[in-house]
Parts: sequence; C-alpha cells; structure tokens
Amino acid sequence: MIQYLIRRLLWAGVLFLAVTIVTYVIFFLVPADPARLAAGQSASPQRVAEVEKFLGLDDPVYIQYAHFLKRLVLEGSLGQSFLTRQSVNAEIFRAAPVTASLVFGAIIMVLMFAIPLGIFSALRPRSLLDRAAMTYVLIGISLPSFWIGLMLSYLIGFKLGLTPIAGYCEVISVTDASVCGGLKDWAYHMVLPWATLAIVVAGTYVRFVRAEVMETMNQDYVRTARAKGAPESQVMRSHILRNAMLPVVTMVGMDIGLLLGGAIFIEAVFGLPGLGGTALESIQRFDLPTLQGVVIFGALAIIVFTLIVDLLYAWIDPRIRLT
Amino acid sequence: MAPLLQVRDLRTQFRTDDGVLQAVDGVSFDVEPGQVLGIVGESGCGKSVTCLTIMGLNERRATTSTGEVLFRGEDLLTASSRRLREVRGNEIAMIFQDPMTSMNPVHTIGKQLIEAVTLHREVSRKQARARALELLDAVRIPQAERRIDDYPHQFSGGMRQRVMIAMALINSPDLLIADEPTTALDVTTQAQILELLKQLQKDFGAAIIMITHDLGVVAETCDDVVVMYSAKVVEHAEVDEIFERPQHPYTWGLMGSLPRLNVVVDRLQQIPGQPPSLLNPPNGCRFHPRCPYTMAVCKERVPLLAEVPGDVFHEQACHLDPATKEREAAKLLSSVTGVGA
Repeated sequence: MIQYLIRRLLWAGVLFLAVTIVTYVIFFLVPADPARLAAGQSASPQRVAEVEKFLGLDDPVYIQYAHFLKRLVLEGSLGQSFLTRQSVNAEIFRAAPVTASLVFGAIIMVLMFAIPLGIFSALRPRSLLDRAAMTYVLIGISLPSFWIGLMLSYLIGFKLGLTPIAGYCEVISVTDASVCGGLKDWAYHMVLPWATLAIVVAGTYVRFVRAEVMETMNQDYVRTARAKGAPESQVMRSHILRNAMLPVVTMVGMDIGLLLGGAIFIEAVFGLPGLGGTALESIQRFDLPTLQGVVIFGALAIIVFTLIVDLLYAWIDPRIRLT
Repeated sequence: MAPLLQVRDLRTQFRTDDGVLQAVDGVSFDVEPGQVLGIVGESGCGKSVTCLTIMGLNERRATTSTGEVLFRGEDLLTASSRRLREVRGNEIAMIFQDPMTSMNPVHTIGKQLIEAVTLHREVSRKQARARALELLDAVRIPQAERRIDDYPHQFSGGMRQRVMIAMALINSPDLLIADEPTTALDVTTQAQILELLKQLQKDFGAAIIMITHDLGVVAETCDDVVVMYSAKVVEHAEVDEIFERPQHPYTWGLMGSLPRLNVVVDRLQQIPGQPPSLLNPPNGCRFHPRCPYTMAVCKERVPLLAEVPGDVFHEQACHLDPATKEREAAKLLSSVTGVGA
C-alpha cells in the first residue's frame, strides 16, 4: 500500500514534468511576441527589448524552464503574471474555488438525477420513461453547454426572473466592496451554472448507469440472490448497485479532475471568474506564468482525483489489490 | 407417500424479438421426498428453463408459463411473489452451473451465507454465522473459521461450488435443484463434488433434481431419469432401466456417444445434425430430422409419451414398434458392455 502510494507519487512527478514541458514548448512554438504585448502597442523597440529582458524572455527556452522549475520547487511560487505582475499563486487561489463550487455542485446534481433515472431506465427498458430518458441523453450529449447556459439564463433568469442572469458571489472571503456574499447569495447565483453543467454531463451518466445496471442484472450472482429468496429491493441494493456503481465511481473521479481544469464555456456564459476565464485570458494575452499555473492546477486535480478513485476502488471491490 | 413435487404439463414461452419461443413444451414428472431425479439433454433442450420455472426465476415480463407445479400440493405457478420468495432458498434451493460467476464478487462468502439464513430465519447475526460455519464444515471447506471472511475470488472453482452447496443447504430445503453442478469443474473435482452431494443428500434428506448432460453423472447419482429433447420429454424411467432398456433413438444416440474404455475408436460417435430451433420446431417428432430410424409417420404425427410394455415406470415417446426398440436396445447394451453381439 505504502509502496503503491510512493510509486504513484513518483509517477505524478513525471507527469507534472511532461505537462509543464509541453506547455512551454507549445507556448514558444506559437509565433507571438509576449514582450510586445506586455510593453504595450506604442512601445519603442528598445522598450520592448527591455521588457523582454526583464521578463527573462531573451533566455533560451530550456533556461526559462529551469528558472520556472527552480522557483516552483524552492519557493513554491508559480511566478508572476507577465501583464499584471500579480502573483500567479494568488490568482489561482482566487479562481479555483469558483470553478470548484461550480464543478462539485454540478456533480452532486448529476448523481442525484442520473443514478435514479439510469436505474429506472434499466429496470423498464423500452418503456415510456426509458425512451424519454434516452431522448434526453441524446439532447444532453448533442447540445453545446453554452447554448443550454444561454437558454437557461434567458428563460429562467431573464424571462421568469427566478434567478440572477449571471455573476458570482463569494461565500467566505466577502469584502466590504462586494455587492453580495454569503452562502445564500452564492447558491442563488450558482443554481443556473450548476443546472447547465449538470444537464450537459448527466446525459452520459444516465446512459452509463443504465448500461451498467442492465449488464449487472444479468449476472449469475444476481440470479443466485433471487434463488436465495431475496426481495427485489435487496437484490438491487446489495447485489446489483454495489457492482454496477464501480465504473461510475471511476467516471465521477475522472470528470471532477477534468472539469476542475476549467469549464470554460459555462464560466464565460455566466460570468464566473473561475479558472476557465483565467486560462482563456492568459492564452489570449500570452501570459505564460498564469497559463502555466492553470495547467499545473488542472494536472494536479486530475492526478489527485485519479488517485482517490484508485484508492476508493480498492476499498469497494475486494478483487483489486493495490500493489 | 405423496410426491414432494408434481410437475404437470408445464409449458413455458418466451417472447423474443424473433417471435415466441416455446422453451418447455408439456413437461410432466414427479419428485418423491428424498429422491434424486436426473434431467438429461443437450444444451438448449429446456432442462434449465424447466427448473427456473419451478423456482419462478424466469424474466417475468417476457415469460408465460402454464400447467401446474405442485410443491406439496401448492401450485407455485400461481403463487404470489411473496410466497415464492418464502419458498426460494428455504424449501427449494438451487445450485448453479458456474461457481466462478454465481457468487457476488464484492461480498465475503460469510456475508452471502448469512444473508441466505437471515432472509428466512429470525436469528441473530451470531447464530446465522454459526450456522454458516456449520455448513462450511459440512461441505468440507478446510479451516472454515478462517475462510468465512474471504471473498469468492480467493477460492478455487471446486471450493466455490462447495460454498454454493453450503448456501443452498443452509436452510435444510426439501428440494435441491442442481443445474449442471459439475460442468464447469475439472474431472477430479467433479467426482469430489458428486460424492459430496450424495453424502449430503443422505445427511440432509433433501430430494434433488440433477440437471446434467452427462450420463455418467446420472448413473452415479440418480434414481430416476427424464430425457429431454427440444423442450419435450422423450423418455422417463428408473436409472437402471434407462441404461439397460433405453427405448428412444435420442437416448440411444446419447449413450452411443459415450466414450468407452474397452473399445478402441478413432472418433467418438455423435448424433448427426444440430438440435432444432425452438422458435420454429420441426413437425411431427422433433427428433426426426436427426433420427436414423425415421418413418413417414414421424414427420406428421407428434409421438405421445406412452408406457413401455412390461414396465409401468418407463415412458417413451417414439413411433417405432416395440420389437425394433427392444432389438436396438439390446444391441446397444451389448456394444457398451462388450458382451455378445
């Protein structure tokens, strides 16, 4: 177990190096001039050269990368934004909770909705409910998230006036300048983004849960349970779901990791100042340190949640031994 | 003594995408208390479905069953699902073919055994666990005390089948249905499991329906034999009788394809052709397309199950005249035993 964890952590290190190197290489392959962007459109060539030297952009790529690594490992710092000179760490710490509240809220909605629907669909294949569910799955998978977001914002937020159209409220770090804050305002502003992300993601889950339950229902051990005289509710709970949910756990873990890297469209539609927005802005402005910060956070999220999934898996399924 | 189980004209139909499939077609037999009845036949002949129907374990929505399944006089086909749940695992228990897949991989065998007890008995977990240990000892699992908290994947196939047997017998049922209990096991393990079943049958006094395609298993364990072909019973007799005086060409085919120790052959005999589709079975006798003795009448009229002259316990369904049958049976017997010609 300990050995397994150590090996996983070493692998995480390798993965981290690979991800950051790829970001650096891509960044320098793109024909752009970050120093000019940072210096401003009207700056003289001499001024641009000074900025370039100040930002360290005149060094070869590998030297820059070495500087970046040294700073990160020794000081735990992701550096400063090319543009604002703000600490990237601070920017990530500000934006990550916004994205996290979007992702976790939506995933909870997805599970509450998709698991029962998937189970009922599996129990009554080709019934009206099943057909309706499968139609929803098709819609959920096909429609782009920003369209759903805009429609919800227009219908529920604007036409019906039930929720805010867009915007974000802090839960904890409420400053005096904030117009709103606290748990209630936060949830009130998050309802539509949650619903949007949930609608998009839940389609895949309904289909997946349905397929898993249907497959598990036909297993020999389910027949054994019935032959023992177990009532259907117990067969479902103890014998079908426990097995059918195993792959769902994997999917949830991976999706959380992925989405934490930024649900860019939904954040954009609802004006949420999360990591997606940060990433988009840093790409447009060639702000390498900020972009690198978002990438590292995203990679870390995936590494951490994959590890959690693996540990959970070994706990749920006794056939799996972590070695 | 009144029969424990009386199956009367049992018919089971499945509605499939390709049409209605008649999986069991007019099957009747009795099981006396403590008796071992063998049901023999090829894959897909309806022997497993017959037993799943007795247990009420077919997919409900796509299945129609008619006839009677009288268990101690009570018709299980018309019983409520609540009553069926009381019967299943308590009065009638079942062992399945594949011990590798028949146990839930995420629960310990102890948990699965205890579940079987607590579903039917108002006992504490401790008592249920004691009962589980008792049964694990009875099926000769070494160090049961230590192994009860292991998961199914930590057991070998033969050991798992022992656990399955323990689970089936844990409530001392009156009837045990064993659906090819040794098919998935290797030969030496097969022998051990059969030996164990015979022993436990004596100890527990349960009647057994032994579903198999292996005549060797039948000879080893059974009192009576039902031979099924294409959803119908073609022959029904006491076990000695079926080996000494088989009356149906299909039974002859099954016996002819047994390997023998005293005869050197390049290739085992086989029944030519494939079993017919149950969606669209042949007219007349269903065996006629594969039967070497086919007559004109076989293609037109369905042979009815009739008593064999001279033996009230022996029934067969074939149009051949009794003299030919006796002659062929004698020929077969002599070739099997290697005596005379």
